[in-house]
Order: sequence, then structure tokens, then C-alpha cells
Amino acid sequence: MIGAGVPFEEVPVIKVAREEHAGEERPGLLKPTIRVFMENRLAVVGVGIVAFFVLFCFVGPLVYHTNQVQANPVISDRAPSLQHLLGTDDAGYDVVGRLMAGGQTTLIVALAVAVLATSFGTIWGAVAGFAGGMIDGAMMRIVDSILSIPTLFLLLFVATIATPSVLLLIVVISGVSWLVPSRLVRSETLALRTSQYVDASRAAGSRPAGIVFRHIIPNVFGTVVVNATFQVADAVLAIAYLSFLGLGIPPPAANWGSMLSQGVNYVFAGYWWEIWPAGLCIVALVVAFNFIGDGLRDAVEVRLQQR
Amino acid sequence: MTAYLVRRVLQAIVVLFGVSVIVFLLLKALPGGPARAALQLRANPATIHAFDVKYGLLKPLPVQYLTWLGQLLQGNLGFSYKQNQSVDTLLSENLPRSLVLVGSSTIIALLVAIPMGTYQAVRRNKPDDYVLTGMSLVFYSMPSFFLGIILIIVLSDILPLLPSTGPNSVNPIWDQLPNLVLPVLTLTLVTLALFSRYMRSSVLENLVQDYVRTARAKGVSNRRVLFLHAMPNALLPIITLIGLSLPGILSGALVVESLFNYPGMGLMFWNAAQNQDYPVMLGTTMVVGVAVVLGSLLADVCYAVADPRVRYS
Repeated sequence: MIGAGVPFEEVPVIKVAREEHAGEERPGLLKPTIRVFMENRLAVVGVGIVAFFVLFCFVGPLVYHTNQVQANPVISDRAPSLQHLLGTDDAGYDVVGRLMAGGQTTLIVALAVAVLATSFGTIWGAVAGFAGGMIDGAMMRIVDSILSIPTLFLLLFVATIATPSVLLLIVVISGVSWLVPSRLVRSETLALRTSQYVDASRAAGSRPAGIVFRHIIPNVFGTVVVNATFQVADAVLAIAYLSFLGLGIPPPAANWGSMLSQGVNYVFAGYWWEIWPAGLCIVALVVAFNFIGDGLRDAVEVRLQQR
Repeated sequence: MTAYLVRRVLQAIVVLFGVSVIVFLLLKALPGGPARAALQLRANPATIHAFDVKYGLLKPLPVQYLTWLGQLLQGNLGFSYKQNQSVDTLLSENLPRSLVLVGSSTIIALLVAIPMGTYQAVRRNKPDDYVLTGMSLVFYSMPSFFLGIILIIVLSDILPLLPSTGPNSVNPIWDQLPNLVLPVLTLTLVTLALFSRYMRSSVLENLVQDYVRTARAKGVSNRRVLFLHAMPNALLPIITLIGLSLPGILSGALVVESLFNYPGMGLMFWNAAQNQDYPVMLGTTMVVGVAVVLGSLLADVCYAVADPRVRYS
């Protein structure tokens, strides 16, 4: 996929060259990319943090059992102890257990959003950039219109119309997240449109759809992957904002944002365990994905330099 | 220049229409329909039908859109049945207060971010840069309500310096300055993180350009190179970026207002969302969308005035 510029039928010269170097290791572009990424300590830290959260949220509940379904007001607002490592919240739920449950939803929704939004945005942007003219203008004006309305206003609106569920959350947040990748891919497509291999492909008789999918999209892959990582970070924040404002998934489902909105009431009571853990989890996860995104961006630039 | 302006304004008009279409679609997506919302307890099939006929809700969608748009252009933003006031009145009370919050935060953020970003770029990869960039990243990754809560804990609880709620809506804002500090500070810090990141990379891009190297080779002092050449050029893309960040800042303002009970447009919107007061939500969304489009247009025009290269692209 990467480096797709080789015409459909291999020219005989290339065929012979491949046979001559048959036993040697192909240089490729994946190894230097990974190497640059690994050398970026912050990016590796980011990956570590994400791995920790995945384990914490998905494997944790198997090890540290808590009841997340039934509220138990008798033991509410308890300080951290051996029984409840980070105490209990105002409904009696164990805070650590709540963090795990909230983290599961956050990770699933954020990753789903990133995949959906990036895919849709990439195709939209590539088509717009490649088509040009009126089609490009119309498609990008639609993007501009939706971008002009602040995200939270739109999200709150939709959340009041329909009862939020995991699926609705994914659809709605993706619905506002696909705009940025589409702009990015469109400007890259505009640049790639005039490359020689696109001309060659057109001369060979490919249909426009074929060119877009076989040549343009693989070549914007690097930018798209970087952007997708930042999308995950933004989605985690969006989920936190929505649940803080009370319009995420309704209780007893846990969510880091709603934990904070309940914890606010107890700032002056000193129940720090109802505030700091949830907030720090959000920050840690977003920072981790930002580190990974920055690392990927530097690694992708290396790839571009090597071409 | 004129050609660029005309093209840009036409684009803005198209986008404004797009925004109005989106808001209209949201209006049509409301559950129960406006008849039920308006009539509330008096709603039964007969009254609903009468209402629909009276307000032309049975006509085809494009006709409804045009009627609605006509009303909008005359300044009729709707009527809130739950608060028994027109949306214009509510907005005229709350919008100025939001402007105070958003305006002061953005200006302070800019005034701090520009020197800070330049400093970070000049001291690139030295410890001060790492510290500032790291702090920027943390503030940028933090949801604004968490930052607000931390500020409340530090500045209202541990050191009881400032009140923890925003100004009330009874007294004028200027009499309640201590209440303004925390909301403005929260929004400023989040915006500052964003702007200083932009400024830092913009200055860095300029410092490696040939013209900087030439200026240094000609013997221009580092300070003159920085302040007279690199910084002004670095500021240019920031103008457009400000326009692009407007929706984000407004979203942030919504959250800050709801956290601090700041009586602005964002809080009004949030309360309306809790109460399902759809006319208020629609009117506010429309106003905010228009504000963003006009703000972007203004930013792009300023950019064209400042940077002649843009006018001929």
C-alpha cells in the first residue's frame, strides 16, 4: 500500500531487479518509522500510559471486584481505605471500580469515534480535493457550516433530543469529528493531484474512483494516522465534557466526567478522592494520546524525507 | 484585493446559509414538534392540527425553511414558552456578559501567548522550553472544568482569596470583579495553551527561513531579527488561527459558565438544554454560528490586509 506508485504491470527491468535482490532484506519504510517513533521518549511514555489504562480498565475489574450496579448509600463518601483503595463516592460506589468502568466506555467510544470519523473524513476530503471545482466548493462549504457551530452546542442539542447510549455517543461525536480530517486530506489531495503517478494512472485509463482509492488515499496515510491519534484525544475530552454536563450515558453507568461533576459539590468538604482521580485519569489519557500523535507526526516526516 | 474580498464574502454568505439550514434541520428534528412545545398541556390532535395550519407547518419543507429564514432575517429568533420571553430579550441580557468573559479571556490569552510562544521558540529544547511546553500540553489536555475545579480548590478553598462562583445576574458585572477572576482565568489558561503552541511553531518556522539567515549575515542584531522580522511574520497565520479557534473558545466558555454559574449565553443554553427549552437553544445556536462565521471572515480579511501574498493566491 505504502509507496503505491508502481504501475499495474511490473516493467521487465524491475522484475529482473527484484529477482537479483531476491534474498536480501527489503529496506522498506516501516522500520525507520518505528525506529524514530521509539527514539521519541515521550511517545513511548504515551504508549505505556495507554497500555496501562487498557489493562486497568479491562483486566482490572477481573482482579478488583466492585459492585457498580447497586448504589449503597450506607458507605457513601468514605475516605480511601484498604477496602476501597480510593474511597467511595456519594452514592456508595467504589471509586476505583468506577474509574475502571468509566474508562472502558471512554476507550471504546474514543477509539470507535477515531476510526469512524477519520475514515469518513478521509474519503470526503479525498473526493472533494480530487474532484475540484464546484463539487469541491460545495463539499467544503458543508464542512465549514458544520464547523462554524461550536461542537458542544451541537452535541448538547443532540443529547437532549435523544437518550444517550454508547452507540449514539459514538455516532454523534464522530459526526462532528470528521470535519478536521476532511480538511487535512483535501489539502493533501490538492497537492497530490498533480503528481506524475496520478497522471500516469489517468493515462493508463483508471477511473477517478480507482485513482482516489489506489493512489491518493495510501499516500495521505501518514497524515491520516497522525490525525486519527489526535482524534482519539479529542474524543476522550468530548466524552468527558458531555458527561460532565450531565448528557452522557445515564447512571448507573460510570463516566469520568460525571464523576467530576458530582465531585464538584464536595470541593469544600475535602473529599479529594471524588475529584482528583477522575480528573487525572482524563488528563493522563489525553496527554498520552497527544504524545503518541506528536511522535507519529515526527516519524511520518522521516518517512516523507526518505522518499 | 477586491477579488479576494468578494470571493471570501461570498463564501461566508454560503456558509451562513449552511448554518441556517443546519439549525432549521435541528428545529425539524425536535421530538413532538413545535406545536406540542408551544401548547404543552393544551395539546390534543385538534389543537395541534390548528396550530400546524396557523403556522404553516404542513407546507413542504423548503417553503417552511424560507418562511423561517424570512422571520430570522427580520430579527425574530423565536419565543421561549418556558421562560415566557422572546429569545431576543434573553440573548440581549446574556450575550454581553458572555462577550465580557470570552473577550477578556481571548485578549489576555493573546497578550501572554505571543511573547511566551516567541520565548519558547527562541529557547527551543532548553529546559525553559520543556517546562513551558510541558505545562502548555497539560493545560491543553485538561478539560476546562477540571482546571476550573483545581483553581477553585487552590484559590477558594486552600487559600480563600477568591469567591468560587461567578457574578450574579442582578448587579452589573463591573461591581463584581472578584467573581470574574476565576472564570476568566480558567478560560484564559486553556486558550493560552492553544495559542502559545501555535505561536511557538510559527516562530520556529520563521527562524529557519532564509531571510532570517540573511539578516543575521548582514549583521542585524538577534533582537532586531526577532522582533522586527521573525515575530511579525510569525503573527500572520495566528490571525487566521484565532478565527478558526472561535468555536472552540465558545464551547469552552459554555463549560466555564456552567461550572461557575456565570450568567452568560452558555449557561442560558445549558439551562435550556436541561429544560428542553428548544426555542432558546435554536436561537442561541443560530447567533453563535453567525458570530463564528463573521469572526472568521473578519480574521481572514485582516490577514489579507496584513499579508499581501494572500490576496493574490
